[in-house]
Amino acid sequence: METIILFAPLIGALICGFGWKFIGEAAAQWTATGLLFLAALLSWIVFLTFDASAHHNGGYTVTVLRWIESGTLSTDWAIRMDRLTATMLIVITTVSALVHLYSFGYMAHDDNFKEGESYRPRFFAYLSFFTFAMLMLVTADNLVQMFFGWEGVGVASYLLIGFYYRKPTANAAAIKAFVVNRVGDFGFALGIFALYMVTDSIRFEDIFAAIPGLQGQTISFIGTEWDTLNLIAVLLFIGAMGKSAQLILHTWLPDAMEGPTPVSALIHAATMVTAGVFLVCRMSPLMEYAPQAQSFIVWLGASTAFFAATVGLVQNDIKRVIAYSTCSQLGYMFVAAGLGVYSVAMFHLLTHAFFKAMLFLGAGSVIHAMHHEQDMRNYGGLRHKIPKTFWMMMIGTLAITGVGIPLLYIGFPVGFAGFVSKDAIIESAYAGTGGGYAFWMLLIAALMTSFYSWRLMFMTFFGTPRGDTHTHEHAHESPMTMLAPLYVLAVGAVLSGMVFYGSFFGYTDKVGKFFGVPYAVEGAEHADAGHGDDAAHSDEAAAEGDHAKPHYVLTGEPGQGAIHANPDNHVLNDAHEVSWLVKLSPFLAMLTGLALAYQMYIRRPELPARLAAQQRPLYLFLLNKWYFDEIYDFIFVKPAFALGRILWKQGDTKTIDGGINGLAMGIIPFFTRLAGRAQSGYLFTYAFAMVLGLAVLLTIVSLGGGAG
Amino acid sequence: MGNILSLTTFIPLIGAAILAIFLRGEDAAAQRNAKWVALVTTVVTFITSLFILSNFDAANTGFQMVEERDWLLGLQYKMGVDGISILFVMLTTFLMPLVIASCWDVGTRVKEYMIAFLILETLMLGVFLALDLVLFYLFFEAGLIPMFLIIGIWGGKNRIYASFKFFLYTFLGSVLMLVAMVAMFTAAGTTDIPTLMTYTFETENFSILGVQIIGGMQTLLWIAFFASFAVKMPMWPVHTWLPDAHVQAPTAGSVVLAAILLKMGGYGFLRFSLPMFPVGSEVMGPLVLWLSAIAIVYTSLVALVQEDMKKLIAYSSVAHMGYVTMGIFAVNQQGIDGAIFQMISHGFISGALFLCVGVIYDRMHTREIDAYGGLVNRMPAYALIFMFFTMANVGLPGTSGFIGEFLTLMGIFQVNTWVAVIATSGVILSAAYALYLYRRVVMGDLIKESLKTIKDMNTRERAIFAPLVAMTLLLGVYPALVLDIIGPSVNALVGNYETALATFEAATQFASN
Repeated sequence: METIILFAPLIGALICGFGWKFIGEAAAQWTATGLLFLAALLSWIVFLTFDASAHHNGGYTVTVLRWIESGTLSTDWAIRMDRLTATMLIVITTVSALVHLYSFGYMAHDDNFKEGESYRPRFFAYLSFFTFAMLMLVTADNLVQMFFGWEGVGVASYLLIGFYYRKPTANAAAIKAFVVNRVGDFGFALGIFALYMVTDSIRFEDIFAAIPGLQGQTISFIGTEWDTLNLIAVLLFIGAMGKSAQLILHTWLPDAMEGPTPVSALIHAATMVTAGVFLVCRMSPLMEYAPQAQSFIVWLGASTAFFAATVGLVQNDIKRVIAYSTCSQLGYMFVAAGLGVYSVAMFHLLTHAFFKAMLFLGAGSVIHAMHHEQDMRNYGGLRHKIPKTFWMMMIGTLAITGVGIPLLYIGFPVGFAGFVSKDAIIESAYAGTGGGYAFWMLLIAALMTSFYSWRLMFMTFFGTPRGDTHTHEHAHESPMTMLAPLYVLAVGAVLSGMVFYGSFFGYTDKVGKFFGVPYAVEGAEHADAGHGDDAAHSDEAAAEGDHAKPHYVLTGEPGQGAIHANPDNHVLNDAHEVSWLVKLSPFLAMLTGLALAYQMYIRRPELPARLAAQQRPLYLFLLNKWYFDEIYDFIFVKPAFALGRILWKQGDTKTIDGGINGLAMGIIPFFTRLAGRAQSGYLFTYAFAMVLGLAVLLTIVSLGGGAG
Repeated sequence: MGNILSLTTFIPLIGAAILAIFLRGEDAAAQRNAKWVALVTTVVTFITSLFILSNFDAANTGFQMVEERDWLLGLQYKMGVDGISILFVMLTTFLMPLVIASCWDVGTRVKEYMIAFLILETLMLGVFLALDLVLFYLFFEAGLIPMFLIIGIWGGKNRIYASFKFFLYTFLGSVLMLVAMVAMFTAAGTTDIPTLMTYTFETENFSILGVQIIGGMQTLLWIAFFASFAVKMPMWPVHTWLPDAHVQAPTAGSVVLAAILLKMGGYGFLRFSLPMFPVGSEVMGPLVLWLSAIAIVYTSLVALVQEDMKKLIAYSSVAHMGYVTMGIFAVNQQGIDGAIFQMISHGFISGALFLCVGVIYDRMHTREIDAYGGLVNRMPAYALIFMFFTMANVGLPGTSGFIGEFLTLMGIFQVNTWVAVIATSGVILSAAYALYLYRRVVMGDLIKESLKTIKDMNTRERAIFAPLVAMTLLLGVYPALVLDIIGPSVNALVGNYETALATFEAATQFASN
């Protein structure tokens, strides 16, 4: 079954990419979509029936084919199935299947292509190929296969961002995405090399088993001694930074919005960009032993969450607002992962996939209705024109801003998906850092999230129509193929938080059970309480109420279970016991953001412009995304080209060739004279020299008495 | 089948002889016949080489299918194949039919052109199979003559300059190698390569003009061979002949040059430098590593600003050969496995890339990048193939380009992290220059008037690319095809190297005590 899930998208991609000429465009597209729905169905079956406790170490591996074998380095193509993989499977296949379906409507007509050009099968083939690569990434049982998926999704992303190949901006954005990601891959690759050097393997199992033994050891790397595990963790995290668009390596993500909107929903919101979070969670046994790397991850995640939110405040392109929002939300996930509450990071990854895909697809529906107009300044009052899209976007906004009923707990908190999972992260951040930097950054970011999300809603759907009246008059609701995926995602955006709360952010025993990690009552000596049989016991404990509940800790060795946490990692427990004020704070931040947005975009629409004029430098600073692009262009791109030119003209042509020519001018005339040929005798000279040389060699060998 | 190696080697020469003796005339029929004879000859060669492969026992790390007989002047003629050389033989025989097929549209002096390629094939196979110094030297040096002719007669406008440069570079290396070979014979009393591989050359330090030579004779011999092989690879800073040679060479010539001739340098390092002069390699190894690292970054940056497609790909070749030399002188299993893999893989990928340039050069007669743009609009199949090989060139996992790059980097990381970091940064630069090229040539709207009637690839062109695509994918997904064959031999090579070094170190310690 795992094999079918994995290869169905590949088959779909091949049929769509090459077979459409034989079976027709529509048939090819339906085949790819059908295969994706099959994969999604099977994924849900796997996810729901997966019982971590039934397997040794909480998972199993299916080997498909040998891959790289060189000396002690040995890798297979394999499928590693555990709770992390299963979670990623449902996210990927569900969103992908829905995006395939959505694309029927969205890609039906496209002004970027001429009449009669077959661009649709190509689009579907890329989407399916992407899905395949992403599945390879999450099912890998070793780092190199993961790297295959990692780069594979990069290529798919490159192809899809540059899908409108006639647009220069799209081409530039595609290259940028690939190259910036490669900067991350550079770190990732070095991390793999280093891990192999110290553990002699790149299989997760072997690595995890070897990690405790590496504690406190150092490794010499570029002339300095480093703590082995911290160094490797940071190197791998650099890869995650590239893929998940974290600060410094984030610049490609907003530009990636040049791609068609379904692509943004699938790749640049729900799946590919979360690969970095997945990597950190997958490597949790390593991260747990690399405290400095963890602090760095928390710090960077929090900073990104804040930075991206500030930029999101002032963007006018509807997709860019959502893109920065994605960037910001990924920062949240990294904070959770860095704090060692991997289940919470995965929780937000899951819920975010639903509501963010939904926001993107909703935005796509708006763009579709508005004839590919993306500037929100030209929207307004659209809720009457496209009511269904409006309500879907509303649900998405309620989810991302975190609307729910605070402080109410009926076995789970009551609220939209984002409310449950984001608050979980903010509470963890408070518990994990003692109300430090990460907590405050995330809290402020939550306020800004609310502001820019409502700003988007108000500018798009409320107020009076702005911009081209003709476009507004012809604005039309999207077809069913586009709305149906929104409805499905809406279910996820509303319910996924509440349904999965216990599994991802319940007390430690529940989370441990869900992820197949052994756990025990804190202080007890490695009680084997971990597997299934004490389910009754824990339920009983839960019934006694939160305060009477004993503290559990995860006791698994690295590699036992899908995630690993050190026994002294209490963040998951502590997060539940933060004061009510902390629990309430994100909700208050959300309300403040909403109030501000309402004030500025409904009550007094002239206010934003005045504010922008008043605070012009700040406004420009944010509008230009803190000038990251300009700075990079100045310190990396331009110098690279300049250096290339200098090395070519001065290095190759002048110095090397010049030197050799100078030398040659002395030697050549001598030989040409010797050969009795004046000008064009190089070939002859050469042959002569060779014969001469051979003669010398032969003479010496013969005189020496022959060979052997 | 006692002489299968000689048979394979000389079949192309027989084909050339048939062409030279029996084929007359310059009319269309004669030209067609010449091409068919050449094609059949190379295909037959490939088939016979398959027998070598099927008879080859990977677990046996010695030379196999050895042929030995007396030759003139008491010299010996000795051929043999091992895990290091066999895949180069296969690469050559596999690519030659494609090379011949790629010059199907050539119209000038077709017979001579075909003869040049056939002779070239014999000489290239000879290099990889020869087990005697004199024989090796003969094949190694003579191989350049047909290449000179191919560039000099069928090349572009500046072909004289290019062959001039080629000559200058190669000449110095050859002279030094010749001297070294004489010295080796004087010292060891034999020209038999397997014997020389077990012979320990003098390692006692001495000084020349006040300069202390660590590793003594071995280091000097190593340097002499290095001079020749480094030019062939080519390594920075003796690489500048390659871009010019490529630019002037006809498409088929470029393919052979990039795909096979460059590999002679790498093969030389593996056959001579490492096993015969381990101490020399150890002394000079760090230099090679640094030159490789510089080559990767330097030539990648230069590739970024090229205006001529062929030059760009040529510089990219130099960068990729940097991974090879780096892997070889990491002297561990992953490094050398990766280096050999990279050479084989680069044979397919760079060959295909030069063919890609050839496809549009045949149509537009220019290699200027600026003359193109938006080809995807009229040439979707071409765009797909070019994309595929661009990605293979940047080392995308799943293609063969990844395995070699990855393994060499894996190997070097265990030896020198500085070099590893610098070399790994090459993966960023390669993505930049390759995609930038692709964007300028293939992407965008088709605006240029001259391109409005350009035609997509025809069946013959597609048929040439098909096997290359297949091999690139196959080796990327299932590299065991290569690694299983070379693994044991590489293991033995590394083992012998380390034993030799250990002996040397024990001896020097003993001496210093």
